Amino acid sequence: MSPSIHELSAGQDIGSRTVEVTRTDLVKYAGASGDFNPIHWNEAFATGVELPGVIAHGMFTMGSAVQLVTDWAGDPAAVVDFQTRFTKPVLVTDTTGTDQPGATIEVSGTIGKLDAEAGTARVDLTVVSAGQKVLMKAQAVVKLS
Amino acid sequence: MTINPDLQGRSYPAAEVYDVGREKIREFARAVKATHPAHFDVDAAKALGHNDLVAPPTFAIIIAQRADAQLIEDPEAGIDFSRVVHADQRFTHHRPIFAGDRLVAELHVDGVRAMGGGAMITTRSEIFVLGSGDSREPVTTTTSSILVRGEGQ
Repeated sequence: MSPSIHELSAGQDIGSRTVEVTRTDLVKYAGASGDFNPIHWNEAFATGVELPGVIAHGMFTMGSAVQLVTDWAGDPAAVVDFQTRFTKPVLVTDTTGTDQPGATIEVSGTIGKLDAEAGTARVDLTVVSAGQKVLMKAQAVVKLS
Repeated sequence: MTINPDLQGRSYPAAEVYDVGREKIREFARAVKATHPAHFDVDAAKALGHNDLVAPPTFAIIIAQRADAQLIEDPEAGIDFSRVVHADQRFTHHRPIFAGDRLVAELHVDGVRAMGGGAMITTRSEIFVLGSGDSREPVTTTTSSILVRGEGQ
């Protein structure tokens, strides 16, 4: 069931989600998306182009963050607009062979704005990894019932 | 290597058709750790009033980045892909993407500006679903800015 606009108010919390990321997840995302830039899977290559190490695809972070909104909306088709700026890279350490994640991404969302005429709610996401905001202006517009 | 400033305003017409398959939607959904049943189970999608599986909200990046590749791989553009960092991204869905859609993308280079020794390039992909005959309807508009880092950036 999608939320009703009459039951919502700006500033309302829609919940939170934790995403654990491993190097294997980045390889899977590379394959699924077709983005094979080696900065997302090869340590030597990443440091060779002056990055601190292997970093997650920005689109992995953006794509995994929106799940919070999709679940809240009740239908992925209700997300009519989604945007973000990528401000800090998510550094993913190599934990291959252990059960530890290489990075953890914390996602939380609040209602930023309601548009009664359009029947939409803007959800503002806060996305943090290693104590830093990795996405800025991460906003999803949801069509409400 | 310097970025060609004449890129601004350039367009690349719709090229190959992208056929949206159910297994690709499932694979992409798993890759972004999405769990909503409408990405995986046709009956769950139908229960929400859809004809087939619904793609995750960022699925269109596959089609948009294929379109972007025309620019990145254009030798006239002067872009070193290994120095590309994604700066921002937006998806505006005119309608959702479903399994079975046949999509094409037109790429537009909306902005090129020098930043330090590098450049910020803003592109827009207009993605359409093909209908019967020559008809097509807009599905998604994606906009993306990439920073091509100069030396020491």
